Amino acid sequence: MKIYRIHALICAGGQCISAGGNDFEAALRTEIQKHGLEEEVQIVETGCMGACEMGPMMVVYPEGTLYIHLQPENAKEIVEEHFLKGRKVHQLMWEKAEGHFPTLNEVPFFALQTKIVLRNCGVINPENIEEYIAYDGYTGLAKALGEMTPEDVVAEIEKSGLRGRGGAGFPTGLKWKLTAQAKGDQKYVVCNADEGDPGAYMDRSVLEGDPHTLIEGMAIAGYAVGANQGYVYCRAEYPLAIQRLQKAIQQAKSAGLLGNQILGSRFSFQLQIRIGAGAFVCGEETALLSSIEGKRGEPRKKPPYPATCGLFGKPTLINNVETFANIPVILSKGSSFFNAIGKEGCRGTKVFSLAGHVKTTGLIEVPLGITMKEIIYDIGGGIPGGKVFKGALIGGPSGGVIPSSQLDVPIDYEHLNTLGAIMGSGGLIVMDESSCMVDIAKFFLQFTVGESCGKCTPCREGTRQMYEILDRISCGEGREGDIEKLESLGKVIQDTSLCGLGQSAPNPVLSSIRWFRDEYEAHIKKKVCPAGVCTMTKITTNKEEPRRGRKKASTRTIT
Amino acid sequence: MENKTVNIKINGNDYTVDGSLTILKACRQAGISIPTLCYMENICEEGSCGICVVEVAKSHTLQRACITQVYDGMEIQTNTSRVRQARKTILELILANHPQDCLNCAASEICELRKISYDLGIDETPFEPTKDLDLPLDTTSPAIVRDLNKCILCRRCVKECEIVQSVNVIEIAGRGINSKVSCFMDKGLGESYCTNCGQCIKVCPVGALTEKNDVDRVWDYLADPKKHVVVQTAPAVRVALGEEFGMPVGSLVTGKMAAGVRRLGFDGVFDTDFAADLTILEEGTEFIGRLTKVLNGESAHLPLITSCSPGWIKFIEHFFPKCLPNVSSCKSPQQMFGAVTKTYYAQQKNLDPRDVICVSVMPCTAKKYECLRPEMDDAFDHWKDKLMLKDEDHFQDVDVAITTRELGRMMKEVGIDFEHLPEESFDSPLGESTGAAVIFGATGGVMEAALRTVYEVVTGQALPKVELEIVRGMKGIRTADIPMVSADGKEIIAKVAIASGLGNARVLLEEVSNGTSPYHFIEIMACPGGCLNGGGQPISNDPNVCEKRAAALYSQDEAITIRKSHDNPEIKKIYENYFEKPNSHLAHELLHTSYVERDLYELEKEDN
Repeated sequence: MKIYRIHALICAGGQCISAGGNDFEAALRTEIQKHGLEEEVQIVETGCMGACEMGPMMVVYPEGTLYIHLQPENAKEIVEEHFLKGRKVHQLMWEKAEGHFPTLNEVPFFALQTKIVLRNCGVINPENIEEYIAYDGYTGLAKALGEMTPEDVVAEIEKSGLRGRGGAGFPTGLKWKLTAQAKGDQKYVVCNADEGDPGAYMDRSVLEGDPHTLIEGMAIAGYAVGANQGYVYCRAEYPLAIQRLQKAIQQAKSAGLLGNQILGSRFSFQLQIRIGAGAFVCGEETALLSSIEGKRGEPRKKPPYPATCGLFGKPTLINNVETFANIPVILSKGSSFFNAIGKEGCRGTKVFSLAGHVKTTGLIEVPLGITMKEIIYDIGGGIPGGKVFKGALIGGPSGGVIPSSQLDVPIDYEHLNTLGAIMGSGGLIVMDESSCMVDIAKFFLQFTVGESCGKCTPCREGTRQMYEILDRISCGEGREGDIEKLESLGKVIQDTSLCGLGQSAPNPVLSSIRWFRDEYEAHIKKKVCPAGVCTMTKITTNKEEPRRGRKKASTRTIT
Repeated sequence: MENKTVNIKINGNDYTVDGSLTILKACRQAGISIPTLCYMENICEEGSCGICVVEVAKSHTLQRACITQVYDGMEIQTNTSRVRQARKTILELILANHPQDCLNCAASEICELRKISYDLGIDETPFEPTKDLDLPLDTTSPAIVRDLNKCILCRRCVKECEIVQSVNVIEIAGRGINSKVSCFMDKGLGESYCTNCGQCIKVCPVGALTEKNDVDRVWDYLADPKKHVVVQTAPAVRVALGEEFGMPVGSLVTGKMAAGVRRLGFDGVFDTDFAADLTILEEGTEFIGRLTKVLNGESAHLPLITSCSPGWIKFIEHFFPKCLPNVSSCKSPQQMFGAVTKTYYAQQKNLDPRDVICVSVMPCTAKKYECLRPEMDDAFDHWKDKLMLKDEDHFQDVDVAITTRELGRMMKEVGIDFEHLPEESFDSPLGESTGAAVIFGATGGVMEAALRTVYEVVTGQALPKVELEIVRGMKGIRTADIPMVSADGKEIIAKVAIASGLGNARVLLEEVSNGTSPYHFIEIMACPGGCLNGGGQPISNDPNVCEKRAAALYSQDEAITIRKSHDNPEIKKIYENYFEKPNSHLAHELLHTSYVERDLYELEKEDN
C-alpha cells in the first residue's frame, strides 16, 4: 500500500458538484501534477460531507483543514502554499471568530453531530469497496452469516430499538419479524429510495456517499427474513446515486458479497435497481410495490400489509435507505451500542436536511431526542442577518410547523405528533420573521395537490379545495369562516384519505393555523400580510373562471 | 380459518359474524346500510370514493367499510357525527366538480350520486368547482358516449372492463385533480379496441357513460311517409322492458311490447326470434357439416364458436384473430333479420328495398356498432344489379339499432301507459318464432336451441327431454357432453362449452388458440349472463336480475307449443320459397358473413 503525505478529501456530493466542485478538482490535479506531488498527495472523492452551504469543500488530512467555497483559481494557492510549504490558506477556511480557523472536528456543525448513517459519507471514496471494507464494512454481514441465525439477527434489530426512518417510525425489528414469520415460497426485500420531499436528500447522500452500507443492510435483511431477492426503488432524478449504487452492486458481486452463497454460506441474495418515474406517491410503500410490478403507482388497501402480501403478492420487507444504513452498525457494534444513543422509545440518530433561514444549511445527523433549539442554534449557527426565529417546518410537505414556543420540545416521533407535525423523512426548514405562514402552507399544499395520485376523493378533491381557499386568502379575498372551513376539511382529509400522503397533506395548514391563527386572521379580516409576502391582490390570468353544468359545445366526431 | 366467526360490536350491539367478512357485509347482514359509490363486490374493491367510512375503535383514522375486514373484538360505529360529517364532506367534494344538470341527464332517474346526495341530506355544496367542466364528449364510438365532466372517478367502469371483461380498454391516466378515465394515448373509445359491450354503462353510478342515443333517427324514419319502417325486438328485450315502467324484475311483457311498438307507428312489428330460428338452421347445419368432416377424418375448424354477440366478435377480432376460422360464418339474428327484411320480405310485399327501414330493439350496445359494419349490407349487394342501384342508394341491412332503454324512453315520450297495454302479437310473416329462439336471450340458450335441432338431425330422433338443463345456469363457464347415436349407428359425444362475459370467453379462447380445446361447439356471449344482462338493458340494482330475467325467458319457452327452430312453419316456408335449404348459395349470400383481423392499436389511420 502506498503511503501519502497528504490526503485531500474533496466532496463529490450532488450540491458540491453542482456548485463547481469538479472544476476545482480538475484544477487541483493539474496543479499537483505541475509541482510533481502525485506521489505525495492523494485526492479522494467522497460522498456528501453535509455542510452543503459551504460547498464546494475539501478537507485536508492529517490535520483536518477545512477549505470551503472553492473555485478553480484557488487550486494553485492551496497547492503552492499548503501542500508545498505547509502554510494553510486562511482566507479559504471557515472562520469561527476573528482570526480563529478551526479544523473540521472543531467546527460546531460537524462536532455536535453523531454519525451512524452518514459515518462514511465524506470520509471514504464511495466508488471503492475496499475503502468501505477498511472502515469495518461488511463485518455486520459476515457476523450475521457466520455467527448468527436469522432469528438472532431479527432479535438483535428488535433489541436495538430502531424505528423506520421513512416517516412513520414503525419498529423495524417487528417489521422484520412479521416478514420472517410470514409464509411464502418467495420473499423480497425492497428498499424505498424514492426520496421525494422537496429539499430532502438524506437518502441520496447515502446512496451517493456510501452505497455499500445500503447493500450490506439489505443483504442482512434478506438473510434475516428469508429473502433471496432485493430491489432498490430509486427515483430517476438521482442519476449519480443510481450510477454509484450500480457500481457498488457490481463490486459486491465480484467480491462474493452479493449473489450466490455469500461468504461461503448457504445464503444467496441478488440485488437489482428499479428506477421510478418521479411520482411522489410512489414513496408510499404499497404504491411503490405497484410501480415495481409495472402497474400504475397507486396505494392499495392495507391490510394486508406488505409483510404478508407485498411485491407480486409475496411477503416483502420494505424499509427506506436510512433505516437500512443503520443495520450494518447495529450488527457489527451490537444493539447495545445503538441502544445507548437517543432516548427511550426513540433509539439511534436521525438525519435531517437543514434548510431555510439558518446560518449553516446542510445535512446533519443527530441523536433522537435532541431539541430543535440545539439543531438550529448550536449546529446550524442560528438565524442569519440578526433576524428573529418564527417557526420550523419539520417532516417535509406533509409535516407541521413548530413555533418558537416549542423549541425546547425533544424531537422524537411522539412529541412531534402531539405538536401536529411528523418526523417524516427528515426535512427541516427554518423560517425567520420574514416568512408568511399562509404562504408557506400554500406552498407545501401546492406540492401535495400536484403529487396526489387522484385515487381517493378526499385527497384528490379535498387538498385542491384547501389550496383554493388558501390561494384566495393570500390574494386578499379570504372570507369569514375560511379558517374554520380549512380546519374541518383538513380534518376530514386526515380522517378519510386512503394513504399516508393524503392523511398528512393537511398538516402544514392545520399546524400553521394552530400556532399562527392571528396571521391567517390578519389576511382575512384586515387584508394584510403581516410578513409582507403575500401580494394580497388577485393576479389575473388568461384562464377563464371555472363554469359549472355548462353545455358541451365541442364534440369529437367519428372518423 | 376461512369460516372462523368473530364477535363484533356495531353501534353498541353485539354480533357474531363470519370473520372473512368486510365491515360493509357485516353491517348489511345486521340490517345497517352503509352508502357506497365505488364499490362493486368482487369487481371494484378499491376504496377510492371514501363514502363508506365508519369509525372503528382504536383506529386513529376512519376506516372504509367496503375493504376493511372485521376482526374479533372490533367495535364499529356507523352513525357518529364524525362519520356523518366525513361522508357529507366527501360527497360535497365530489359534487363541487360534478355538473349539476340532473334535469337533462340520461342517468337522472338511476343516478346513485343524486340518490346518495338526497339520502345524506346535502342541501348546498360549500365548495366551488376547481376544474373546467367543459371537456368535449367522446362520441367516437358508435355505441357508447363518454362525458368525462360527469365522471366521479369511482373506477367501476375500469374494473368492470378489466376484471369481468378482460378487455382493459380504459384506465386511469394523469395525476390528482387531472386524473381521468382514458383510452390508450387518450384516443376516443371508437378509435380503440373497445368491444362496445356496454357493461361500463351498466356500472356507471352517474351519467358519464351512456349509449349513443339513436331515438331521434327512429322518429325521423317513422315520420317519413315514404318509408316502410319495420321493427324487430330481440329475445331479451321482452323480459326487461317492463322494468323501465316500474314493473318487477323478470316481468315477461312480450304482448305489451308488441302492442307498444305498434303504437309508435311501425309498419311491421316483427320479432328477432324469427331470425334466431333461422340462425339455428344455418349454424346447426354448419356445425353438422364441420363435425361430419372431422369424424370422417377430413380437416375442419372445430370447435365451432357462435357468432351472435357482436361485442364478442370484436373481442376475438382484436385479441384472437388467428381463431377467427373457428367462428361460425352465420350473421347474428339481428343482421339475418335485416337482410331478410330487405330481400324476402320486400319482395313478398312488393316494396322497393330502398324504402324499407329496419329498426332493431336490442338489449345490446354493440348492436349499434354491428349494424354499421361495412360488410353488413348484403341486401344492397343483392339488389344492386337487379335494380340498377347506384352508390348513393346504398343502405344497410339494419338501419338503426336502439337499446331496450331507448325503446322505453320512446314509449314514455308519447305517453304510452305500458302496464295497461293489451297483449298483442307480432305481425306475419317475420313474427313467428319458437321456444328455441326466445331462450337465445339467456347464456346457454343458443347452445340449447342448436342442440334441439342438431340432435334431431343427427340421430333422426327427438331429444329425450326438450329442456337441456345441463347447459343452463349463470356460472361463467359451463361444459357438457351430449351423447348422440347417428342414423347409421355411430356413437358421437358432442362436447360443448358455454361462456358468458368476455373474461370467461378469454379462458376458452386461450385453449382454442393453443390447440388444447377439447370442445366441438362453444357458445360465447359478451355480457355476463348473456343478452338478458346486455349493456343496453334497463339498469337494475337487483342482485338476482340475471336469474329472474332468465326464468322469464324459460317460462316463455315452455308456454310456446313449437319449441324447435326447424319446426317453425314460417322458417319452413322461407326455405321452401326462398333459400331452398340451409347453407344454400343464397343463404350464404344473405345470411353469412366474414370477419376482420384487427390490431389492438390502430395508430395513424387518419389519412384514409
